[in-house]
Amino acid sequence: MSVAKSLPHDAAPLHVTGTARYVDDIPLPANTLHLAFGLSEVAHGEIVSVDLDAVWAAPGVITVLTAADLPHENDVSPAPLPEPMLAVDTVHYVGQPIFLVVATSHLAARKAAKLGRIDIKPLPALFSVDEAMAADSRFEDGPRIYSKGDAAQAISQSPHILEGSIEMGGQEHFYLEGQAAAAMPQEGGDMIVYSSTQHPTEIQHKVAHALGTHMNAVRVETRRMGGGFGGKESQGNALAVSCAVAASITGKPCKMRYDRDDDMIITGKRHDFRIDYRVGFDDEGRISGVEFLQLCRCGWSIDLSLPVADRAMLHADNAYAIPNMRVESHRLKTNTQSATAYRGFGGPQGMLGIERVLDHVAHAIGRDPMEVRRLNYYRDMGDTGPGTGQRFGGKHSPNAEDIGPETTHYGMPVEDFVLHGMTEALVEKSDYFRRKAAVSEWNASHATLKKGIALSPVKFGISFTLTHLNQAGALVHVYQDGSIHMNHGGTEMGQGLFQKVAQVAAARFGVGAEQVKITATDTAKVPNTSATAASSGSDLNGMAVQAACDTIRARLASFVAERAGTDPADVRFEDGAVHVGNQALPFEDVVSDAYLARISLSSTGFYATPKVAWDRIKGEGRPFFYFSYGVAVTEVVVDTLTGENRILRADILHDCGASLNPAIDIGQIEGGYVQGAGWLTTEELIWDSEGRLRTHAPSTYKIPACSDRPDIFNVSLWDGENREKTVYRSKAVGEPPFMLGISAHCALSDAVAACGAGYPDLNAPATAEEVLASIGRARS
Amino acid sequence: MQIKFSLNGETVELEAAASRTLLDWLRDDRGLTGTKEGCNEGDCGACTVMVQDETGVRALNACILFLPQIHGKSVRTVEGLTGPGAELHPVQAEMVRHHGSQCGFCTPGFVVSMAVGHTNGRCDHDDVLAGNLCRCTGYAPIIRAAEAAEDAPVPDWISDGPVPCDPLKTAPESADELAEWYAAHPDATLVSGATDVGLWVTKGLRDLGEVAFLNRCRDLQQIEDTGDTLRIGAGVTMATLLPVLRDHHPSYAEMVRRYGSEQVRQAATIGGNIANGSPIGDNPPALIALGAELHLRQDNNRRQIPIEDFFLDYGKQDRQPGEFVEAVTLAKSAPNLRCYKLSKRFDQDISAVLGCFDIGVADGVVASARIAFGGMAGVPTLAHSVIEGLLGEAWSFETIEAVLPRFSDDFTPMSDMRASADYRLKSAQNMLVRYWHEMAGEQVNVLEVRP
Ligand SMILES: Cc1cc2nc3c(=O)[nH]c(=O)nc-3n(C[C@H](O)[C@H](O)[C@H](O)COP(=O)(O)OP(=O)(O)OC[C@H]3O[C@@H](n4cnc5c(N)ncnc54)[C@H](O)[C@@H]3O)c2cc1C
Ligand code: FES
Ligand code: FES
Repeated sequence: MSVAKSLPHDAAPLHVTGTARYVDDIPLPANTLHLAFGLSEVAHGEIVSVDLDAVWAAPGVITVLTAADLPHENDVSPAPLPEPMLAVDTVHYVGQPIFLVVATSHLAARKAAKLGRIDIKPLPALFSVDEAMAADSRFEDGPRIYSKGDAAQAISQSPHILEGSIEMGGQEHFYLEGQAAAAMPQEGGDMIVYSSTQHPTEIQHKVAHALGTHMNAVRVETRRMGGGFGGKESQGNALAVSCAVAASITGKPCKMRYDRDDDMIITGKRHDFRIDYRVGFDDEGRISGVEFLQLCRCGWSIDLSLPVADRAMLHADNAYAIPNMRVESHRLKTNTQSATAYRGFGGPQGMLGIERVLDHVAHAIGRDPMEVRRLNYYRDMGDTGPGTGQRFGGKHSPNAEDIGPETTHYGMPVEDFVLHGMTEALVEKSDYFRRKAAVSEWNASHATLKKGIALSPVKFGISFTLTHLNQAGALVHVYQDGSIHMNHGGTEMGQGLFQKVAQVAAARFGVGAEQVKITATDTAKVPNTSATAASSGSDLNGMAVQAACDTIRARLASFVAERAGTDPADVRFEDGAVHVGNQALPFEDVVSDAYLARISLSSTGFYATPKVAWDRIKGEGRPFFYFSYGVAVTEVVVDTLTGENRILRADILHDCGASLNPAIDIGQIEGGYVQGAGWLTTEELIWDSEGRLRTHAPSTYKIPACSDRPDIFNVSLWDGENREKTVYRSKAVGEPPFMLGISAHCALSDAVAACGAGYPDLNAPATAEEVLASIGRARS
Repeated sequence: MQIKFSLNGETVELEAAASRTLLDWLRDDRGLTGTKEGCNEGDCGACTVMVQDETGVRALNACILFLPQIHGKSVRTVEGLTGPGAELHPVQAEMVRHHGSQCGFCTPGFVVSMAVGHTNGRCDHDDVLAGNLCRCTGYAPIIRAAEAAEDAPVPDWISDGPVPCDPLKTAPESADELAEWYAAHPDATLVSGATDVGLWVTKGLRDLGEVAFLNRCRDLQQIEDTGDTLRIGAGVTMATLLPVLRDHHPSYAEMVRRYGSEQVRQAATIGGNIANGSPIGDNPPALIALGAELHLRQDNNRRQIPIEDFFLDYGKQDRQPGEFVEAVTLAKSAPNLRCYKLSKRFDQDISAVLGCFDIGVADGVVASARIAFGGMAGVPTLAHSVIEGLLGEAWSFETIEAVLPRFSDDFTPMSDMRASADYRLKSAQNMLVRYWHEMAGEQVNVLEVRP
């Protein structure tokens, strides 16, 4: 069967030969026009005057548009609150688009876009979360609060109380392919849009509004992205809308791609957070209560900040059953880029908060943080799955309260907790105890270089927290020659979604995966799709494709069963053949016979995730269908003179349920870990006092390079299957492994702690400079 | 200007504007879209192409490579890596087999870098690929692929030679020609590797005006061993310099190993790195510590100055109109030289602070000291007060501690996106402490620690 096979990514042969096509590679007519935005150089202010004479006069310029020139809606927001594509009256951050240049070449457009003379009367600008708190500048009426028990009381009654704070920076997506879109005007005002987007339906929706037409007049196609990571969930709207509007005004094809610096200056990034905490615990390190204050910097526009901040709250427990908990979250509005979705979607920030707490508690009582983590884990549900006789309510079951699932601070039972077993296995596999001792020995005998080691777990909730998004559609055709054409609402950004889902389709028909043609995501084929996000791509689309295949399969089964006089239920699709009675009919023959017998060989499929129901205001319910788990051990070395540091080794055990494609899943884990470690080490976003982003190119913003990956990098999959009925019992893998990178941060803190008795209070990113500062704190 | 080169085995002749990049031409004019633009500034490697001439095969970033720079050379893009029968190059096949691509956007650049490394028999994959960023894979499968391809034979279709071509007026063939031309065109821009000048065009959106390309002056690319010194021609690239430094100045070499990336080192010249006068250029502090002499030439007038005297002030050098850097001479032996490059990321990053130390001790007393820093002031410069504090003192930890306050006499560094002023000062001081520990035989470099 094609599922569970480590087949290469479907486009791998195209990638390595340079023939995989991205938006900017699509051949367009020679009269195509190119677009660029003119940007605000002021963080907050009133636009007094806009002088575009020099822009108009620049070589190659065809037209220049401001907000007033837009024919219909000037809105690219993914949320109910509007977000103007071109500034109206006021600018809200440095980099905000004010006008749009349409020119004969990309370079001409870029050059002309620099020539605008915009007079802006500055207004007071808010940059930091403290400034925003002081000014009560926020989205939503006030903070959201999710809680369980009485944290304040539990803390006050605890033998030990600690408080602290951690700052964590944002993160630039740095998808290697920058934002790009192109629009081709059609007859009757219709528009075809090619967009590098995770969310074609949203592009369609926004373009339709901008053109004053209906969604049925706009078709959006996305074959692939050169990376997305959340950065193409909403941030592509402005380019696609610009192209469509310019194409509609000029009647010519239009293309827009951001130069890298523009991309980094204009688009949103991961939300940076400050998390303050207070925790009560006993001598062993068992936590009785935690209070978190999460200050989330959202930037100027709401974008996806509310669900991001919600998810940060929902991951404030990570893997720990904390009886009393209170999470207060402020969504702060500042004069910076509008922070947006980024792999983990707030989860990493919430999780880093609680991991810091565990680390701090362990430091205070002098215990191995790994043991303190284990002590506080949710109850083990690893052996309570179906068929183990251990399930709650069974005849031989122990008392419900002793083995039943514990509940999160938002009231969801944790029914699938497997981290006890996974941790045990990884401690063994990674030789944790011996290495921990070796690290201590090293530190005792080395003055300048110190080592650190840490284990951290991940429990990540899978589903969109906005419940209605948990749906997907698919369209499958079987052609008369037996070849299969597959389409679904998910988009391919490198995560291998198309390959995995093709393997599902192939498995349903019992044919080889190469028989399934993977096609571009297209709003004309599958409508009303959700963004490919929340790690849900293969869960949702895999199920929808399975449903479509099964409809066709059932028709074929009835057809051959009737012919053979057997029961359709006994027909099997395997090894390229349809097995009926003791006959094995080649799949192609059955298909062509079915065609002649006038049987429909095309079907849609649809899937809606069961069980999820969630009240985000109360903070109650079941936002997630299930949890994905992982655990990592990282070892690092730190130079105590400069703070320079590097990862020496990482060992990972990750839970993908019954993996649809182990090689692709391992790829997600390796890549996720390195990206997560990058967030917490070298990737530093710096704004100056005027609100200008100073790190707007790879020369100054440093994502991990080749040699930054761990020297020893062991990744394996936890052998298990999803207790929930997902596609072939697999689990989502896109986001969860990102948070395994937290173990690198904890390991750095461990190394710093070897320098003195003080708590390192290590912030993120732990650049060399931050590590050196933290060494100072440990020594003081 | 009319240029000629070979592209994927086919000879191309065209009229090229001086500031047109190879990447733009490939993608926009030639329709070869396999080569990607990820940053347009030399930092991501998505645009990597293979360039060959009589001196060998190298990987270069097409986004900051001007068309006239490839006059007479052979270029292979990702499209030209596959064989005549569409056979995959071994590195391409291994990338597929080892799941080395996810989104695939970085992949063409990676496979070209890998193919160049493979052709040159390189197995130091982290160095070969330091200039190729991948956001998806975490690099592990790419390295597995590179390792798996190591022993495969180099496909015969890969090798191209130089292309016979006529000289260009604006690309002199010798230092003499250059001297004469530049004296007559003193306002022109000289382009050596274009790893700075390229960005003036792609990011600064500048018009270059009149230019001369120096990369055909073979005599500027020589390294001469004069016995006690090495005379390095201004046109010597960092890649050419690296193995020579490994023989004579291993610590300087280790710094150059981390200078830019393979693609940048293959283009960037020592002359360009000095002439641009940057306060954060990596060669000048090392050269100052070594007491190097700079050779300048204007027409047929030559002069020689201590290199530190060249850097007058931020953005201001001791260079007259029509005068160019011809060479730099440095001591062949300096066993106590240590160079410490501090940057946010180890590879392919600009230094926040670069400290170079050469301290001689006789009978337990500091007999000579040259300490130079980059990133600490508007120009690369000697730490005069620190040096003064050390000379004649006992070589001891107490002496080191005693001179540390002198760093703030020498330097008032600034804060920027690379580091704060405090951190710059503190780490510069600590580099002297590190030097002391290193000379005492202690392990001080995190890069040397293996799990
Ligand atoms: C991605 C990237 C990474 C980099 N990393 C580093 C790094 O790690 N360390 C570092 O120090 N630098 C780094 N740089 C900067 C750059 O590589 C160097 O400054 C380089 O040495 C410049 O050399 P070039 O030959 O490319 O100079 P060009 O760009 O050709 O010229 C630079 C300047 O020098 C002038 N010039 C060139 N040759 C001469 C000459 N012979 N006489 C007089 N003037 C001349 C030019 O007119 C111009 O003003 C990096 C650049 C990039 C793009
Ligand atoms: S495009 Fe990034 S190095 Fe050329
Ligand atoms: S595979 Fe996406 S950037 Fe490398």
